Amino acid sequence: MSAIALPSRGSTSLRTWIANPWRRHRLLALWTWCYLAWAIVPVVIAIGFSFNAGRSRSVWQGWSLRWWVGDPDLSVLHDPTLTSAIRQSLVLALATMAIATPIGVALALGLARWRGRGSGAANFLMLLPLVTPEIVLATGLFFTLVFLYPLPRPGTLGQIAGHVTWSIPYVVVVLRGRIFGVGSELEEAAMDLGAPPLDALRRALLPVLSPAIFAAFSIVFALSIDDFVTSQFLATDLRTQTVPMLIYSAGRTAPNPALNATATLMLAISLGALGLGAAGMSRLARRRGIEAEPADVASLRL
Amino acid sequence: MDPLADPVPADVPAAQRPVKEPTPASGDRRFCPGRGGGCYRPRGMAVARRRRPAEGSLTFLYPRGFWRWAATPGLVWLVALFVVPFYAIVSMAGGSLDPATGTAVPQWNPAWWDRASFRYVLEQLLAPDGVYHVVLLRTLRYVAAAVLLCLVIGYPVAYHVARLRGRRRTVALVLLVLPFWISYLMRMLAWVGLLNDEGLVNRILVFLGILQEPYPWLEGKSVTVILGLVYGYVPFLILPLYAALDRISDAMLEAAWDLGASSFGTFVRVTLPLSKQGILAGVAIIMLPMFGDFYTAYLLSGGRPDTAMIGNAVQSLLFETTFGYAQARGAALVTLLALFVSVLTLYYIVSTARTTREAAGA
Repeated sequence: MSAIALPSRGSTSLRTWIANPWRRHRLLALWTWCYLAWAIVPVVIAIGFSFNAGRSRSVWQGWSLRWWVGDPDLSVLHDPTLTSAIRQSLVLALATMAIATPIGVALALGLARWRGRGSGAANFLMLLPLVTPEIVLATGLFFTLVFLYPLPRPGTLGQIAGHVTWSIPYVVVVLRGRIFGVGSELEEAAMDLGAPPLDALRRALLPVLSPAIFAAFSIVFALSIDDFVTSQFLATDLRTQTVPMLIYSAGRTAPNPALNATATLMLAISLGALGLGAAGMSRLARRRGIEAEPADVASLRL
Repeated sequence: MDPLADPVPADVPAAQRPVKEPTPASGDRRFCPGRGGGCYRPRGMAVARRRRPAEGSLTFLYPRGFWRWAATPGLVWLVALFVVPFYAIVSMAGGSLDPATGTAVPQWNPAWWDRASFRYVLEQLLAPDGVYHVVLLRTLRYVAAAVLLCLVIGYPVAYHVARLRGRRRTVALVLLVLPFWISYLMRMLAWVGLLNDEGLVNRILVFLGILQEPYPWLEGKSVTVILGLVYGYVPFLILPLYAALDRISDAMLEAAWDLGASSFGTFVRVTLPLSKQGILAGVAIIMLPMFGDFYTAYLLSGGRPDTAMIGNAVQSLLFETTFGYAQARGAALVTLLALFVSVLTLYYIVSTARTTREAAGA
């Protein structure tokens, strides 16, 4: 076995050092942390410019809250275009959350447990929106709502309908992992003790799924608040303009950092919802004695 | 069971992979509350073949058709607002002019579809002097360049984070998923501020003496749009890559080392093949939205035609005017785009379904 030289720590041979897979990868570490800085720092700078004292979004002129609350016409607090966009984004996100999550949870349960003719096709159909470019779905919804259905029309209702369609598969994906993990023992026990099926579902299964349901709520919220293409294609007038649409239309021409402040506010709300979701999830999980899954919330935005 | 097979779907992160618990053999049903006098096998249920005791037994507990009814609202919604819209796109593409208004209206009956819009768009896409030909080639070029750059940037990051342990790993993971929670448009807005004539990038480059005067990054430069695409989509590639790389056990690398492979050899012959699934899934995930992207090019080049992508062409056909065949042609272009990406889509679905099946059946 002399051909394989096991490298020891502190070996001086460069060749061994390079070949040693357990050495500390300084270059890789540098690359990784540079990437992470590159991914985050530009946004931090943009947030910083929302506190700029001057009109520029690129040249720093000192701290001020002018574009948040100070300016009587142009600040986030006072410009009706900005407040209306923020309100519209929130309305869409809350409505989407309220509609998409229950439908998605029921669909996830159904798809996980329904074995019979059609279930394969149903699973396939559920996956399709995840892998359809959003521009295709938004175009189709636009034509459908304009030419085919009497309700919902494009506008707020149409935007909600679009966001829900877009969100349902994400809810299913989040719930599916959990449902497979839980199995059926709890419900079997409940029914053994005499619970009718619906009670077993409501009082034995749903509590165990509640952390995942919580995660689904915050993911749907974030999806809707960040959505751009669907909102844009189904918008009708300025009242249906959301914050991402505002950034799209004013990003190049905005005369002052109030736009940065608006975007920052939405980011804060989005992260707040994430924090709330994660906190609620782990609380629920602790109370029910289930292992918490922070990854549920954090990483399922694919 | 092949030990190298990928047991978990790419979209399930490492931390929540289903924990396999010892389950009774498929025939063993200790709890079968008497519904019609014991356990029976419903029509079409191949219990033994599927080997899914956990879910299989639930069929006996709940009323017949219960789960199908639970799935119904969601499925109806998806049919009404996802499947029908696909049909609406094709119907619009096959639509003809309404003589009263001079605008295109959809033709719902396939027998009367007008193929003129399709023919027009196809010609303009494929003929060397077509309006959309240059846009199509540019889109393919941009997407290819952006995906390659994403891989070059993202693979080492995913690899390194998958090898991290403890607190560093947690910090790195949080930072990796943070961009997911920042609106895409806001991330582009950040770069608009940085790449201005008086923005930080130009000032640094001039200060360092690399540039004599500010470079007009935002005035229709391909490099800006490609880098914008990379910046926007690379987080979506890194996560599936990370999930795939995290699944490779250290034992595998140790075995390669014990058998005499060099560091490079281990990477090329063990790590890379084992992460192939993650690479392909990640590339599919970022390519799909890139082909429909119009906002990156718009924000980072001010809507100039010299950096327009297919998405921009669709957007302007649909919303700049409703007069004449514009919207029908937009619909035809979307149809062709959907057909084109459906190759990617199908591949992704098939591979996800395979890994899910393996996870459930293994």
